[in-house]
Amino acid sequence: MWIYEKKLEYPVRVYKNDLGMAKFLMAQYGGPDSELSASVRYLTQRYTMPTDKTKGLLTDIGTEEMAHWEIIATMIYKLVKGVSVKQLREAGLGAHFAQHDRAVYPADAAGVPWTAAYIQATGDPITDLHEDMAAEQKARTTYEHLIQLTDDPGIKDTLRFLREREVVHFQRFGEALNDIQELMDSKKLYST
Amino acid sequence: MDERLSMLKEIQSLEFFAIELNLFLDTHPGDRAALRDFYSVRDKLLVAKKRYEEIYGPLMVFGHTPVKCPWPWIEGPWPWEIEYE
Repeated sequence: MWIYEKKLEYPVRVYKNDLGMAKFLMAQYGGPDSELSASVRYLTQRYTMPTDKTKGLLTDIGTEEMAHWEIIATMIYKLVKGVSVKQLREAGLGAHFAQHDRAVYPADAAGVPWTAAYIQATGDPITDLHEDMAAEQKARTTYEHLIQLTDDPGIKDTLRFLREREVVHFQRFGEALNDIQELMDSKKLYST
Repeated sequence: MDERLSMLKEIQSLEFFAIELNLFLDTHPGDRAALRDFYSVRDKLLVAKKRYEEIYGPLMVFGHTPVKCPWPWIEGPWPWEIEYE
């Protein structure tokens, strides 16, 4: 089960509307390498992990990703808060308004809805952990692109925090992978 | 900065430290220094949350908020509505 904590993991400082940036941030909200993909990926893969360490790590990182998903949603919500339909339309968000008004719907920066096809769970811990490490790097790269797309110091600060978390998660997944590789090597040793 | 925001910020920074140690301990479960740090920051975090909930209402529905009517859980601002400084 999960219990909600009524706070963000990290503050979101947004003082002015920026519809273009809201649109770009959708990449990390409902895109292929988004926080949503990360959370669903890890929380799905954990069931078939062979060690307690990896079950724990995927549960905890999958949970932290939900908190990051909430941070991205908060940024988007604040960036579009109070704007007129005309402004949305001029910013290229007319199609979004037609289908979702100002709702924070999980689609990517180009409006493509989120799909489970973005993630994989193969039941092979080595394969899954490699996917997870690649996912963290892809998310890091996306954050670096997003940081270049804004001059707002508040947005940059929160994006830098999220970027740093991808680096830490990558490191922890790498340690989990080494651990499982050692386990498999030792099994091979005993069975021959 | 108002008192509520500064308490919330303190909780966020303590909890961040705790999350970071939590993940580290998942892959280094025998690291005594990290364990010591985790329990020390956890104790500080629990105190900070209890203090916040007693004044401003629940962070968690099963938290330390004193008995109150009406139901305080639904009181805003929700996390995405807070104006951070």
